[in-house]
Amino acid sequence: MSTGFKEMDLSYTKDDFVSNQDVRWCPGCGDYAILATAQRTLAKFKTPRENYVFISGIGCSSRFPYYMNTYGFHTIHGRAPTIATGLRCVNPDLSIWLITGDGDGLSIGGNHLIHCMRRNVNINILLVNNQIYGLTKGQYSPTSTQGKVTKSSPYGSIDYPINALRIAIASEATFIARTLDADPNHMGMIMTRAAQHKGVSFIEIYQNCIIFNDKTFAPVVGREVRDDRMIYLEEGKPLIYGKQRNKAIKLQGLHPEIVDLEGDGAGQDLLIHKEQSPDASYAYLLSQMSYPEMPVPFGVFRAIERPTYDDMMNDQVEAMKKEKGPGDLKKLIYGSSTWTVK
Amino acid sequence: MTDIQEKNPPQAQAHPKERKEISAITVRFAGDSGDGMQLAGDQFTDTTAIMGNDFSTLPDYPAEIRAPVGTLPGVSSFQIQFSDSVIFTPGDVADVLVSMNPAALKVNIPFVKKGGLIIVNESVFNEINLRKANWKSNPLLDETLKDFSLIKIPLSELTKNALKDLPIKMTEVERCKNFFALGLMFWLYSRSLEHTVDWIQKKFAKRPEMVNANITALKAGYNFADIAEVFPSQYYVKQSDLEPGTYRKIMGNEAAAIGFITAARLAKKTLFYGSYPITPASDILHQLARFKNYDVKTFQAEDEIAAVGSAIGASFGGEIGMTGTSGPGMCLKAEAMNLAVMAELPLIVINVQRGGPSTGMPTKTEQADLLQAMYGRNGESPVAIVAPKTPADCFDMAIETTRLALKYMTPVIFLSEGYIANGSEPWKLPDIEKLPKIEVVHAAAPNAGTEFWPYKRDPKTLARPWAKPGTPGLEHRIGGLAKAENTGNVSYDPDNNQKMMTLRAEKIAGIANDIPNLEVYGPAKGKVLVLGWGGSFGAIFQAVKQLELEGKKVSRAHLQYLNPFPKNTGEVLRQFEVVLIPELNFGHLLNLVRFRFPGVNATGLHKVQGQPFKVFEVAEKIKELL
Repeated sequence: MSTGFKEMDLSYTKDDFVSNQDVRWCPGCGDYAILATAQRTLAKFKTPRENYVFISGIGCSSRFPYYMNTYGFHTIHGRAPTIATGLRCVNPDLSIWLITGDGDGLSIGGNHLIHCMRRNVNINILLVNNQIYGLTKGQYSPTSTQGKVTKSSPYGSIDYPINALRIAIASEATFIARTLDADPNHMGMIMTRAAQHKGVSFIEIYQNCIIFNDKTFAPVVGREVRDDRMIYLEEGKPLIYGKQRNKAIKLQGLHPEIVDLEGDGAGQDLLIHKEQSPDASYAYLLSQMSYPEMPVPFGVFRAIERPTYDDMMNDQVEAMKKEKGPGDLKKLIYGSSTWTVK
Repeated sequence: MTDIQEKNPPQAQAHPKERKEISAITVRFAGDSGDGMQLAGDQFTDTTAIMGNDFSTLPDYPAEIRAPVGTLPGVSSFQIQFSDSVIFTPGDVADVLVSMNPAALKVNIPFVKKGGLIIVNESVFNEINLRKANWKSNPLLDETLKDFSLIKIPLSELTKNALKDLPIKMTEVERCKNFFALGLMFWLYSRSLEHTVDWIQKKFAKRPEMVNANITALKAGYNFADIAEVFPSQYYVKQSDLEPGTYRKIMGNEAAAIGFITAARLAKKTLFYGSYPITPASDILHQLARFKNYDVKTFQAEDEIAAVGSAIGASFGGEIGMTGTSGPGMCLKAEAMNLAVMAELPLIVINVQRGGPSTGMPTKTEQADLLQAMYGRNGESPVAIVAPKTPADCFDMAIETTRLALKYMTPVIFLSEGYIANGSEPWKLPDIEKLPKIEVVHAAAPNAGTEFWPYKRDPKTLARPWAKPGTPGLEHRIGGLAKAENTGNVSYDPDNNQKMMTLRAEKIAGIANDIPNLEVYGPAKGKVLVLGWGGSFGAIFQAVKQLELEGKKVSRAHLQYLNPFPKNTGEVLRQFEVVLIPELNFGHLLNLVRFRFPGVNATGLHKVQGQPFKVFEVAEKIKELL
């Protein structure tokens, strides 16, 4: 989002964005890293602090606004996108950040998330995905894996999980990325990109819930395995990964395939990452790469430009003012046909 | 603008006949949904307005857009009463029914006065159409209509003949018959064709052949009535004794839209309207969407919840956030309204009530959402509630709604209803300069040393300060969790919670000091007071007036503010032996009055038929009590 960035002589530190409220997440919660990264990231910009607004729904991650020394609104379950949309429509100067989770954003608020993205409302959405309901103490969520045993699924969840990025892609979000709580540098880079993007930015953050779903992403992002199971997307570069940087992805028909750069993959046409692909099928293809068959991509899946909802709304208002003149109350009230009683 | 000076009715052109003066007339147009009855009714109303009569209208149409042609569910009707004196209802029963097909006749017979005139389109009373309308035998030939004056006119045939030389399709010819019927009515009541001719010319400007066809049909109807001597007499209704001033015809939803735009202008704010289409509230969205040059932003949301959420977002941003819906949508908005209660943000919620529960009767009227407005949210959740009493009153109450929401930082429910939303009446236009001022002061500086406390209240109004995001130094967080007094930080402290609940309740209760007292019309003390709210105003007004003319002593009062009540309400009610509360529900206001004003002997008159009260229903009930 770029409209909120006024060039002013402001230099902030992380502390400027820390509120006076005690943070009350569980010790070891991945949200701490996300909060610190957000605070550090905002401090890099020259946007006046009063122009930031953090809006959230309900859930562990939705406590976020209380801890940011900015404007904030902790709203109701699943509805944060609607409140953010209304705010954005009446104020083009703010930098609006929406914090949601896999339950808040993809279950109870799924409808709003979809419509906010397809309208390309100029806000930044951080979807903190821990594949579990934390605040209600451990029921399965729409992103939980099938078979997940929780309090509400003692014999294993029979729900097929939803993939957050695919919802964003199908909704034609103009900026779509994935990052993780355990990599603050990458997370900071992605948040920076989102902040600079004009239009809706959607970031899925893999987050570890230490109490109810500990190490759920460990098979992918665990220290020992991550080099071979994660793939960092870089614009214009081939999709190469592996501890030895010896594996890559190529396209076989419509399917991604792993090739060994030191073996049969040498010299082959590798898949080159392109964020601005005009159609969404490439991003969709990336979103289907999942553990254990494939390495899991992190980074910017898609970044395209398209007029924002709020700009178009404001443009219409301005155009009508130009065409019809600023509204005159007498004209409004008198209408086109009156009569006089004497 | 038309000046009405002419006191004498226009002279008929060809065959001057006996012309009878009458005081008030009720006309009902009825046909298939596709027959253009609402349009004919609107045109008749416009001309009636210009001719200086007072009037009140009632469109009555099905929820189905096009039920099968010629069937009972597809019947659409429009009723208008016009008069030489002040009136507020569309008439209990019609003096004249214009019925375009057998189905319309069947559905509408109960709405016609015994001895009244029924004009039918004879052309379509054939076996197929009679069967579609479940007529066992042809009502034009048997005893069915023996209590009425029946006039059979082959409307379709006559329209066809009149248009036979015009270059338009058969289906288009068929669609002109409503103008033929309108022409008949214009003659019968000595109305001028001028307004409708102008309207047709504008409406069909791009299709000159349709301009010609519709005007030809209109004039053919008028001339037919004049020449064919089908009517025993021609009538006229003198210009009414409305107060001097400039008037326009207005529907309730239109008046509400204009009122809220005006209020936003007076407050120097953007009006943001988040809404999801729903009958009968959608017209407010349609109206507002046209007025973008007045700094109106309309957002057609993905659902009712998004609609209210977006309005709350706009309010948080320091502008006027408004949402509008009807009953089922109110159920969905409850949680978000409570967020605005807790966050203490201004929020305008329009509920154009319709027949419930559930989907109920979408196009029919009811007043059964009052207790929902009062109590339909979790926790102690006080909000202000206002209810307009007539279509034009929607304008004034819209301004009041906005004033209260902004001044007290609270949701305000604007409880309209289908009857007044779609009904129309003459509106005496306000003096623009004399409209009330709405002053909004946003927080601009810290209010607690170097800090900003978002819940440090104004001691007088108990409203909290409204700081717009983007204001330096006032960064703060609000939300749905319980709040500490002053700082607004999250707090589960027991005493604090009790205090905050009490403060919010007192804030709303305190609005009573800022609204007009309840006025009594008629004796201030006595046997019966009729207490109304919302659209039942019209029937109560007329019933009481009628009884007064009969020499009976009865008083009436009308509540436009339902939460809080005007502060003298209890005092007023206690002056009467009985307080009669007619309402289109099973006793919502009755319950509130009994609860709030013990000792008041209140009794109800209840109706839930999707139709407004008829004057006689209220009058009879009053007589029972006298």
